[in-house]
Amino acid sequence: MDFAFMQEAFLRLIAGVPLTLNLAFTSIAFGAIFAMLLALMRMSNIKVLDWPAQAYVFVFRGTPLLVQIFLIYYGLGQFRPTLDALGLWGFFREPYWCAVLALTMNTAAYGSEIIRGGLQAVPHHQVEAARACGMSGFLLFRRIIFPIAVRQALPAYGSEIILMVKATSLASVITMMEVTGLAAKMISQTFRAVEVFVVAGVIYLVMNFIITRIIMAIEWWLSPHLRRPPAIEPRLEAAHV
Amino acid sequence: MNFAKTLGLALLGSALVTGSAVAQQKTIKIATEGAYAPYNFTTPDGKLDGFEIELAKDLCARMKVTCEIVAQDWDGIIPALTAKKYDAIMAGMSITDERKKTIDFAGPYGDSPNGFLVPKSSPLAKMPGTGESYNLGTQQAAAEKAIEATKALLKGKTLGVQGSTIHSAYADKYLKGTVDIREYKSTEAHDLDLAAGRVDVVLGDATSIIGTLEKPEFSKDYVLVGPSVTGGMLGLGVGVGLRKEDQELKKAFNEAIQGAIKDGTLKTLALKWFKVDITPRS
Repeated sequence: MDFAFMQEAFLRLIAGVPLTLNLAFTSIAFGAIFAMLLALMRMSNIKVLDWPAQAYVFVFRGTPLLVQIFLIYYGLGQFRPTLDALGLWGFFREPYWCAVLALTMNTAAYGSEIIRGGLQAVPHHQVEAARACGMSGFLLFRRIIFPIAVRQALPAYGSEIILMVKATSLASVITMMEVTGLAAKMISQTFRAVEVFVVAGVIYLVMNFIITRIIMAIEWWLSPHLRRPPAIEPRLEAAHV
Repeated sequence: MNFAKTLGLALLGSALVTGSAVAQQKTIKIATEGAYAPYNFTTPDGKLDGFEIELAKDLCARMKVTCEIVAQDWDGIIPALTAKKYDAIMAGMSITDERKKTIDFAGPYGDSPNGFLVPKSSPLAKMPGTGESYNLGTQQAAAEKAIEATKALLKGKTLGVQGSTIHSAYADKYLKGTVDIREYKSTEAHDLDLAAGRVDVVLGDATSIIGTLEKPEFSKDYVLVGPSVTGGMLGLGVGVGLRKEDQELKKAFNEAIQGAIKDGTLKTLALKWFKVDITPRS
């Protein structure tokens, strides 16, 4: 291991971190909204909403992300006249938006199942208690079901966020120069695959370490009922009685 | 016969040194990319074919060894050679000083210039320097002047090039800042994006571009332009990539390549696949 070289590699690869995080968080943001929508469609008990959502999740969970990226980028690239006519070519021309689209569609499929799990695991008695207090409809969802569901879904959703950060590495196949793309380029110039990939691995590890800490902090913040209550000091007057 | 014995002993010797079971069976494993027509490509039924596949078979017959040709992605083709996944690379790989730091080469068995592939309808089709040849090694000033002259037209365009190649290094050195450079995993990928209009121009090996131009979707509307540059950072032609320690194998390959050049086999194969003779002049 040549540490001077690894330091050089680190400085070159770190330049890809903004794009990696940009791809990951843009697609997670869009994906989360889409996932929520899909989860609600799945749980609506209305067949025309439930079935398309089921089919969508089946297709996007059942096919590799790499294949989806290739199909969206190179596949749709061959329908340029049609996309031009629809005014969509400006979007599909850019590898960045193709990558964001593929990652968004993918995370929405996984995320919708996580959210559905969280929603379905909301204890029934909590809902009944809320109804007894006179809450219903959107108020019940906003105040009771959604916060409990988010809290329950968060550990699994955290894994999904980490998976997405790693999935951005596939964007390098459509010319996006994120961390993995830069690593591949550097290897092609130096042929030192081990050192460069070790450095790339460390960069992903550090990013994901920080993300897991943030998710853990949010979990802690959302679960005051699971924390040990602050010790109650005996009141002074009581001691005197 | 004597040569075969020498080679056999040499291979056995290298087998004892490297402990490679492959060499003991007198089988040489050659890696190619399988996506660089007409040098090497994969046919619709999944077989490897092309100039280098036929040449490899001819060279192996001359060396009196059995060869197995395998496909390997371009990105990892040198690291996998040094990791002993195979013994030789024949994948349109140019002999450059940068690569020589890591591996050795036999040959060259081919030498061809670079060029730009553009749509006929594009203003780039009138690129200056088209039809002119320059050697970056021996006439650097003139070559760089010709490259400079292309910049006015290229400014602000998006250029596609295969990553990890002499052409991407050339683009980085001479065209960075002038064009937006996008690096692709294979030439097929940048050709697709040229057809889709995501890139305005493709930079690559002229013979590979001629291969692209033979495809029906490109033959009508695209054209090869720009100065034909060879030498210097573009290398000393295309050679067989070998591990530095396999000097006996290098000698055997060199003798076989010289044999193929002398009896005209190389020229015949080049004319068959490239329509031009790319036999190295030396």
